[in-house]
Amino acid sequence: MKILVTAKRVTDWDSKVLPTSDGTGINFDNVDFKMNPFCEIAVEEAIRIADASDDDCEIVVVAIGDDEATQQVRQALAMGANKGILIECEESELDSDYVAKLLVKVCEEEEIDLVLLGKQAVDGDSNQVGQLMAEYLGWPQATFAYKVEPQGNGEMTVQREVDGGVETVSLSLPAVITTDLRLNEPRYATLPNIMKAKRKPFDTMEPDDLDVELGEPKVEVIGYSLPSERQAGQMVASVEELMEKLANEAKVI
Amino acid sequence: MSKIIVLAEHSEGSVVKASLNAITAAKQLAEKVGGGFDIAVVGHGISSVASALTTYGAGTVYQVEDAAFEGYTAQAYAQGFHKAVEASGASFVVVASTAKGKDCTPRVAARLDAGMASDVIGIEGDASGLIYVRPMWAGNIIGRVKINTDVQVLTVRTTEFDAAESTGGASAVESISAGIDASSIRMRYVGIDAVKSDRPALTDADAVVSGGRGLKEGENFDKIVAPLADELNAAIGASRAVVDLGWVPNDWQVGQTGKVVAPNLYIAVGISGAIQHLAGMKGSKTIVAINKDPEAPIFQVADYGLVADLFDVVPQITAKLKER
Repeated sequence: MKILVTAKRVTDWDSKVLPTSDGTGINFDNVDFKMNPFCEIAVEEAIRIADASDDDCEIVVVAIGDDEATQQVRQALAMGANKGILIECEESELDSDYVAKLLVKVCEEEEIDLVLLGKQAVDGDSNQVGQLMAEYLGWPQATFAYKVEPQGNGEMTVQREVDGGVETVSLSLPAVITTDLRLNEPRYATLPNIMKAKRKPFDTMEPDDLDVELGEPKVEVIGYSLPSERQAGQMVASVEELMEKLANEAKVI
Repeated sequence: MSKIIVLAEHSEGSVVKASLNAITAAKQLAEKVGGGFDIAVVGHGISSVASALTTYGAGTVYQVEDAAFEGYTAQAYAQGFHKAVEASGASFVVVASTAKGKDCTPRVAARLDAGMASDVIGIEGDASGLIYVRPMWAGNIIGRVKINTDVQVLTVRTTEFDAAESTGGASAVESISAGIDASSIRMRYVGIDAVKSDRPALTDADAVVSGGRGLKEGENFDKIVAPLADELNAAIGASRAVVDLGWVPNDWQVGQTGKVVAPNLYIAVGISGAIQHLAGMKGSKTIVAINKDPEAPIFQVADYGLVADLFDVVPQITAKLKER
C-alpha cells in the first residue's frame, strides 16, 4: 500500500501573528514555523498503519511552498515517512483548490492508495483540501478521523468526530482520510532517525512538472485585519459579588 | 429561478437548527445580490423535512431522494446537492458550517468547479464585488476573501447569523430523483455512537460551563462542572488541552478546531484562555472566568473575573444557585 501524507509549514500554533501595517499580508517577522499539527497526526497515523500492515507500505510526504518547507518534509521523513517531495511555488498564489489539484496529480503519478491529511491547516483554517481531492479523484472520504482501522481487504473502518458523537464509516480503498485531534499522539523524531532521514529519497519539483497550470486562484484573500477585541470587564472579589453582578447587572441568572 | 440556494441538513426527521442560521445568511446575501433563495434537502424518506422547510420564504424547496441517501455519506450527498444546485441554477451556495457541512460542501464546490469560502462570519460589498469575512489563524486574523468563480460556495458560522423564523407562506416543493449510481459510492455509513446527554446541545445552549486543565483530572468534570451546569441547564464545554488529555469527548471542545459557541452566559472554569479557545467563545454575551492565576489570558475577555481556587468557589456558586 502506498500512502500520501502532507507536511504543511505553518506558523507555530502558539505564535501570535499580526497583519502587515497595510493589511495586505501577514507579518512573519519573529514568528516560528512548524509542521501543521494536524499534518503531524496524519504522518503518525500513516506510520502506524504501515507498521501494522503485513504488506509492504510506502509513505510519500509532500509539502508545497518555498524552499524552507524542506524542513517539514525532512521532519516527516525522520518520523518514518519513506520519500519526500517538495513542490516549489509561491505560497501566496495558493488556494485550497490549487493545492488539491497538485496533490491529485501526485496521487496519480505515485499510484497512491490512501491519502492521509490533516483536517485543516492552522493558518488558513479552510478545511477543504482533503474533501476537494476526494471529489476530484472520485474517492470516498472520512474527515475528522478519531480512529482508523484497516480491515486488510482493501477496506478501512474509520470512526469520525461529528456533531453529537462519533460516527463510523467504512471506506473502500483508494480513499482520503483527514485527521482530528484525538487520533494519536505524534512521535518525536530521534536524532539517529533525523540523520537517516537525510539519506531518504527527496524530489523537488514545480507545478509545471506536474502539468498543473496556475491560473487565477478561485479564492483570494484580499485583506487581513485583527479581530475586534473584547473589552476586559471587571474583577470580582468574592462569590457573593459575582452572584450579585450576574443577577442584577448582567441579568443572566 | 433564484440566485441563491441553501443546502439544508436534517437529523432524525427534523431540520437541523444550524440550517436556519444558514437561511438567514442567504437572506442577507439576497439583499446584496437581489432575487430570492431556494433550499435543497437530500435524503431518503424526507418529505416531512422538505415540507417543514417550505415556511421560511424560499422560492423552491428541492427534495432530492435516493435510496443511496439512507445513511449519510459525503460521496453520495455531494452528488445529491449538486443535482439540486443545477436544478435551481443558483450562483451562490450557502451551507451551515456544521460537521456535515464541513465534510460535504467542498465536494459540492469541486463538482461545481466553484471557489469556496469556509466558516464565513460576515458578508460585505454588493453585487459588483462581494467580500466574505472569515476567521483565519484560529481567529487571530480576520481575512477578507473574494471568490473569482461564477458559482460561489460558502459555509457560514452559525453563531454569526440568527436562526431564521418561520414566516408562513409555502414554497413550492420540487422532487428530484438523484439517480445515484450505487457502484460509484465506495463508502458506507455504519452507525453513530451518540454522546448521550440530557443537556442542551453545546451550540444551542443558553448557558455553557467549560472546564480546562485547572480541574486537574477528568473526573472533576463530573464532580465540579456538571453540578453547576445542572443548576444553569447549561451545556458542558472543554478546552482543547483536556480533550487532548482524553478527559472528555472531542464533541465538547470549544475553540477554533472544535465548536464555536455564543451563549448568553459562558463560564470558564480553570481555563487559561489559549488563543484558539478564545476564538471559540468570545462571541458569548456574558463571560465569567474563574482561575487561580491572575495573569491568565481568559481574564482579558471576561466580563467578570474571579481569581480563586475553583475547587472552593465553583461548589459555592452551585450551592447558591440551588438556594435561589
